[in-house]
Formats: sequence, C-alpha cells, structure tokens
Amino acid sequence: MTDPSALYPPAAAGADERIHPDSETALEAGTEGPPGAPQQADKPRSLTSDAWHDLRRNPIFIVSAVIIVVLVVMAAFPGVFTNKDPRFCDLNLSRQAPSADAWFGYDVQGCDVYARTIYGARASILVGLFTTIAVTIVGGLIGMIAGFYGGWIDSVLSRILEIFFGIPLLLGGVLVLASFPSNPGTPQLVTIGKVVIALTILAWTSLARIMRSTVIQVKHADYVSAARALGGGAPRILRSHVLPNAVAPVIVYATIVLGIFIGVEATLSFLGIGLQPPVISWGVAINDASTYIRQSPHMLLFPGALLTITVLAFIMLGDAVRDAFDPRLR
Amino acid sequence: MGRYTVRRLLQMIPVIIGTTLLIFLMVWALPGDPFAGKCGDRACPPQYVAQMTEKFNLNEPWYVQYALYMGNLIRGDFGESFSGTSVTDELIRTYPTTAKLAAMAILIEVVIGIGAGILAGLRRGGFVDNLVLLSTLFFISIPIFVIGYISQLGFGVQLGIFPVTVSSEATVYELMLPALVLASGTLAYVARVMRTNLVENLRSDYVRTATAKGLARRRVVGVHTVRNSLIPVITLIGADFGALLGGAIVTEGIFNIGGVGGLIFRNIRLREGAMVTGAVTVLVLVFLIVNLFVDLLYAALDPRIRYD
Amino acid sequence: MATTDTFPAPEAEAAGHAPLLDVDDLQVEFRTRDGVAKAVNGVSFSLDEGETLAILGESGSGKSVTALAVMGILDSPPGFVTGGAVRFRGQDLLSLPEDERRAYRGRNIAMVFQDALSALNPVFPVGWQIGEMFRVHEGMSKKDARVRVIELMERVRIPAARERIDDYPHQFSGGMRQRIMIAMSIALDPDVLIADEPTTALDVTVQAQIMELLRDLQRERKMGLILITHDLGVVADVADRISVMYAGRIMEKAVVGEIYARPSHPYTKGLLESIPRVDLKGQDLSAIQGLPPSLTRIPPGCEFNPRCPYAQDICREKRPALLEVVPGRFSACHFAQEVLDGSI
Repeated sequence: MTDPSALYPPAAAGADERIHPDSETALEAGTEGPPGAPQQADKPRSLTSDAWHDLRRNPIFIVSAVIIVVLVVMAAFPGVFTNKDPRFCDLNLSRQAPSADAWFGYDVQGCDVYARTIYGARASILVGLFTTIAVTIVGGLIGMIAGFYGGWIDSVLSRILEIFFGIPLLLGGVLVLASFPSNPGTPQLVTIGKVVIALTILAWTSLARIMRSTVIQVKHADYVSAARALGGGAPRILRSHVLPNAVAPVIVYATIVLGIFIGVEATLSFLGIGLQPPVISWGVAINDASTYIRQSPHMLLFPGALLTITVLAFIMLGDAVRDAFDPRLR
Repeated sequence: MGRYTVRRLLQMIPVIIGTTLLIFLMVWALPGDPFAGKCGDRACPPQYVAQMTEKFNLNEPWYVQYALYMGNLIRGDFGESFSGTSVTDELIRTYPTTAKLAAMAILIEVVIGIGAGILAGLRRGGFVDNLVLLSTLFFISIPIFVIGYISQLGFGVQLGIFPVTVSSEATVYELMLPALVLASGTLAYVARVMRTNLVENLRSDYVRTATAKGLARRRVVGVHTVRNSLIPVITLIGADFGALLGGAIVTEGIFNIGGVGGLIFRNIRLREGAMVTGAVTVLVLVFLIVNLFVDLLYAALDPRIRYD
Repeated sequence: MATTDTFPAPEAEAAGHAPLLDVDDLQVEFRTRDGVAKAVNGVSFSLDEGETLAILGESGSGKSVTALAVMGILDSPPGFVTGGAVRFRGQDLLSLPEDERRAYRGRNIAMVFQDALSALNPVFPVGWQIGEMFRVHEGMSKKDARVRVIELMERVRIPAARERIDDYPHQFSGGMRQRIMIAMSIALDPDVLIADEPTTALDVTVQAQIMELLRDLQRERKMGLILITHDLGVVADVADRISVMYAGRIMEKAVVGEIYARPSHPYTKGLLESIPRVDLKGQDLSAIQGLPPSLTRIPPGCEFNPRCPYAQDICREKRPALLEVVPGRFSACHFAQEVLDGSI
C-alpha cells in the first residue's frame, strides 16, 4: 500500500500550499546553472501527476479502461449491442449451437445466449458498483472514526472489525443469503439489494482498515498538529488533510475489489442463492448451462468468457493504478 | 514463544464468541421469519416450527437463545435439517474427503506457488517473470466456477486426462483436477506475493551486508532472502484458507465430490437452510482455528513478533 | 607541482612497496530515467596498513558509492563502474571475474554500514550471522564457530556475550548492534575495513565508544581503515588523512591536523566555517549558500562554482585538476594557494 504521506494533496481539495520537506524536490527546484546558459528550474512533480503520466502510457491500463467503458455502455444501453429480446424464448430452439442468426446459440429455455449475456452485464455491474460504493462509505466512515478518535472507540471498533474480518466472504455470503432467501417471485431490486447488503456486511472491513491506518498516519503529521493549533476542528481536518491522502489507496482498493465483487456475485448466483431469475445475470446463466456442459458447451462458455473479461479488466485496472501510485517503483 | 501462544489463545476467545454471535444473529435472530428457506421450497410444517422453537428457545430473549446455542455448539450439536438429519452426523460423514482435497490443494499452492514466485522474482523483468505476472492475474480474476467448468470440459471431457466426476472413494488421482482448480486462485496470489517479497528483500540492506560478507549469490538468495520472503506467504495461505473453503463448495459441486462442500452445494439447491447454515458455521470456525495456528507458525518463524 | 592525483602513503613510499589499497581514477555512473548521473567522477586515493583515511562529504557527494564500488557490491543496474582501477596489494579487483573478486570480500576487505538494524538480517540470531563468516569461509563446524563468535563478541565488548549469542538483532540497543556488525566484519581479520557512517545513527556518547573501539581494533590488527562520514568532529579524533568529496570528485586532500587550521579549498573552508562555535556566540551562523547540484546536471567548470564566494570566470569555464599546492596538500581549485594563504 502506498504511503499516503508521500502524496501531495490535490489543490482542488482546498489544501494550503505547502512545500513538501523532501530534499529531492528541493534539489529539483533549486538547480542553478552558469548565468550564460539557459536553464529552467524543474517543475516540482507531484505523485498524482507522475502517476497519471505513467498510466497514460501503460498498455494494460488503456486496454482495461477501454474494456470497462464498453461494459458500462453495455450495462446502461444493452440495446446498442443487440436488438434481440433476451426474454423472448422459444423452446423449439433449445440448446442450438451458434449460427449466423444467434452468434452464441440458444440456451436451455431457447433464449438467445448472446442477448442474455449482453443484458446480464447490467445486473453484475450494478451489484459490483453498489457494493463497492456501500463498502467505501461504511468502511471508510468506521475506519475514519476509529483512526481519528482512537482510545476506547478505536478498541471497540477494532474488535468488531476483527470479528467481521474473520468470516470469509463467500462463506459469509452463503450464510446470509441462505437465511434470507429469494424466490423467483421476489422483485428484482430486492434481490439485487440483498446481495449488495450481504456482501457489504462482510466486506467493509478491509476498507475500514485502509482508512484507519491512513488516518492514523496523517494524524501524527506535523501539519495536522499545526492545523489543530490554528483551531481547526475535526470535520475540517478530516476533509482537508485526511481525505486527500486517503484518495489513492482507496481508489486502488475500490477498483480491484469491484472486480472481486462481480466475481463473488456470479459465484453466489451460480450456487443458486445470489441473484435469481427473472434477473438476468451471468452467474444464473452459467448455472443453467452447467447440466448440459458436455453436450452444449456454448451456453456456458460465452457468459463465462464475458464474466472473466469483466473481472479481469477491473483487476488489471486496479493493478495498473496501484503500480502507478507506488513511489518505490520509480 | 509459550507466552505468545497463551496470549493468542486468549485473544481467540472473544473473537470466537463474537463470530458465533454474529452468525447466530444473522441466521436466527434478525427480523423476519427465522424459518424462511429452512425447509425446502415450502413453508415449514407447524410441528417443525413448534419443535425448533422449543429446541432453540426462539421465544426467549436473544441473549438466552444465544447462550443455549453456544451450549449446543460446544456439545457439538450444530442443528438439524427439517428431515431430522443431524448436521453433525453429515459433517462427520463428509469431512474426510474434503480434508483430503484441501490438503492436496494446499500442497499444490505451496509447491507451485512458491516455486513460481521465486523463479519470477530472481529473474525480474525477464520472460518467466512476465509470464508469471500475467498468468497469475488471469487466475486471480477468473471466478472459480468458470475455471472449474473449463477444466472439466478441457481436461476431463475433451482430453480425457482426468475423470470428469469423482466417485465415492475419491482417490488421489480423481481429486487431482479438482484440487488444481481449488488451488488456482490462491496459487496465483502466493506466486505474486512471493515474487514481490523476494524482489523487495533482494534490495534490502541486510542482503547488501550478506553480499559484503563475501557470501555466494546462491547463499545470499537461498538462505537470507527466501526465508524472509516466505514468512508473509505463510500468513497469506492461512488467510486465504477461508476462500479455499468457500471454493470447495463450488469445486465439490462441479465435480460431484461427496465432501462438506458438496453437502452444502446440494443443500443450497434443496433450500435446506438449516443444514447449509450449520455446515457453513462449522467451516467458519475451522477457518478461525486454522488462522490461529498460522499465526503461531508465523511467530515461530519471525522472531520479531514473539517479543512484542 | 606534481600532477598526479594519487600520492602513496609516506610509509609505503619509504618501504618501497605498493599501498594496501590504491583507488585510481574511479568512475561510477547511475543510469536513471532522468538521465545519467555521474556519481563518482575520477576519484583516487590510497591507503596503507594501520592508516585511517577519512572521506568527508555531504549526502550526494558520492562517498558511499565509492565505498560500494571498491567492495564491488554496487547495485547494478542502475549503477555501473565505467572506469578506473581498484588495486588491492597491486591486484586490480575491477578486472577480476566475479567469483575471484568475491574471494576478497569479507576476507581481505570488509565493510560496516550505517544502520545496523536494517543491515542485520532480522530473522537469524546474531551469533549465527557472525558465525556464518567462519562456517562458510573457513569451513568451521558450528561448535568451533560458536567459540570464536563468543570471543569476537567479547572483544567488541558486548556484555554477557555467551548468554546473548542466540538473541536477535532487534533485541539489542543501537550501539550494541553496531558492535555486532563490527565483530562480523573483523571476524576474518581483514586488511582493509571500510566504515560507512558507522556512528551517524547513534547517540553522541555511544558514537565516541564506537570510534574508540574501531581505533583499538585497527591498532591491534594493523588494518587500514577508511572512514566515510559527513561529521568533521569524528574525523578530527580518529583520522590520519582526509579527502573531501563534492559532487563525485575529491576537492581536497590533506593530513588531518593541517586541514583544520588552514584549508586550501573554498568548500572545505565553508564547511569549517559553518561549524557553530561557542566563542562566536551571538553572531549569525554562516552556511554555504545554495544546494549541491543534481548529479545528472553538474555545472561546467568547477563543480562548486555556483556556491563559491570566490568564483571567477575561469572557475565557470575550466575544471580545476587536483594539484599539489604545497607538499602533501592537494586541492582542486584555481585559487588554492590564495585560499591556503588566506589572501582571498
């Protein structure tokens, strides 16, 4: 994890200009030359602008970013990718192999696999997105409070954190969702909501830890003591000093974990306790296709491929961002 | 070391209490019908409801319920499905296979994962390194059920190298493919972390000292660096053991293995909530205990932890 | 005036043999994304038995890199030795293949580093680490090595050596850890010991003890000691000769006693003047203005000219060679004589 104190707070956050007490930057800024020769002092480079500079040239970043954009469009406007109706199913076409008509063939019910795969993007990405946002907010808040106030609040919260941390994600997901089962009649939003809530309950801990350690590191920095001496209250300090430093590690983590959530949701749906029909999801599609895997592998391969590409894209993106922000790799 | 062990054991107790409380709350005590989904697709028959209410004292305040629940747990009673099958009995029947599968998977993770990580770390930036980095990223991302089906299709059906499903005797050969599938995610993770640790440790001051002492490169890497790099990897394997257990549900389901995972897999489909939650609770507890042992192992290897 | 940079130590010259260690026009560069940094730009010095040479310089002057290059343990990439020779008893180590070179390390030339906590392996007991020298280089058995290790630990004055031999580095205080590192380095009785800022990370009182220990060990074993430091105070007590480095080059060489009274280079002069003095209490502290240059963009002419209060046009155009000002004193300055006389 990057050391947050090495990051410049972005100017937009309203932070005061401060010279980073790093001799390296001072050297860059103070280079003098003989009066005759034209010499320009180097611009002090912040970690974020360095990171962006590297990212732009990183092929992995570009590829995964493009894939994600395509997927988001797919989720928001599936009609762009297909004009077929994913719910229009003809049993006569059951399990037919790919053809010019239906690029991915038909599934057990006779539904167009390509259409269902495209439409399936929405549920998966929504679950991933909402869970990530929820985890960031819940985990971030708890971590911030624990780190900032310290003392017994921190002790209590840390113990609670340990307990939640001890329950593995998939096992816990099975536990929660088995206790609040959905059936085909449940409204879509409720099904999605249950999965999001179940995953959030189990996954907020890592982000809380990241936030907590960032806060603790920043808390001890000199400029925070100075801000406090000048009368800065807790909310202002948290906003201007802590949050900017937490941005990088949180973004890295959130990107990677989004991919993981999509994968876990698909696994839960595959097991039969995640998303349920009529929600169209990749996990459900793979589940349905599994009985006929030998005879009609196409029903499983295509949603499986798209699922893999999606998770891969997010994790590669997160990886690239983390490498870009890591000052040690310079 | 002894004092550290005692300390960790004592620390475990509130965690176990907290975890079982949490699970108990999630499964039985949250608002809503505690019997939802615990009897298959239909609502539970009134006798079952009455019997379970009596057994689990569901009319009592939650802390009494919890105390009695804990009492049951300690006595080894993890509940029963509505058809009367004891969760404990089923677990006893099925755990040997899963233990075998898990042991194989861990062995694979350790040998291949650490080996690949060392190779990649030593030749940083080289072909092996990039290969390892790329392929591990791939394996971490693919959900385990996708790997499972593709392997089953590829190695089992098409190439016929491994059997597609596992018989009831579950020989080592039959379990090979499922073990590989189960290990794949953690293996990739282990290789990456080992590689990163090795690269970082190779840059450390004490490696410079070792080189300055005139030691051969092989010794500097093999003795001084590998041991330091290995230690966090061991913790990783322990921490990831939870994901392994979860993955076992999927893997045993796909390959039709008669272990604990398969038990849970089938009962999810049957909507036998009591069996599912009982078995999963046991798995979570197993995970916590394994984690404890891994912590102790870590302290045994890294002297800095012991003297805290 | 002699134009060579090196000057053989007086004893060696008298005895007529080659110096113990002779570094001749060493060049080291670092190839980074921001350009090529010339970390060591033609450094020469020599060392003989029983001598202490202090290499003095600020951070970034290239003194540590010089030491690492002599030992042959430079991180390569990004560092590369691009020129010069390092002769140990006449044998040029740079021209040797690695396995032959390695034979000298630890055995003939040893090194002590600054931060003993990070320089010692945290997961092995200190006795094991010191004993490694005996077990690996001399094939000693564990038992025999253990005996020698206890002797060594007692020699460097670690109390309760027998009991503490199996303790780990983090269980010792900073000063004790440094002694352990010293014990490890002198285990095989090396001819040359390089100490890279051995006391910088320590308290002042402990500093004195460590320096005393080094001096005793040197006398006892007739080692050549190269002391790398930025601390003028440490140099005065311990060193026989001093070389002052700046921006990868040696700016001045002298016998210690003389350089403090009469420096012959503006940089040395500036360093001496910047030491706070009790008898000048109440006056402004003087400091050398400006900052050391980035090693990827060394100014033309004399490297020090942007910060030198006496700089003239010739300083900005022509790089002064290291020349003998008066017998035994070398300086790389166009106006060395004037600085020496005090007429500037």
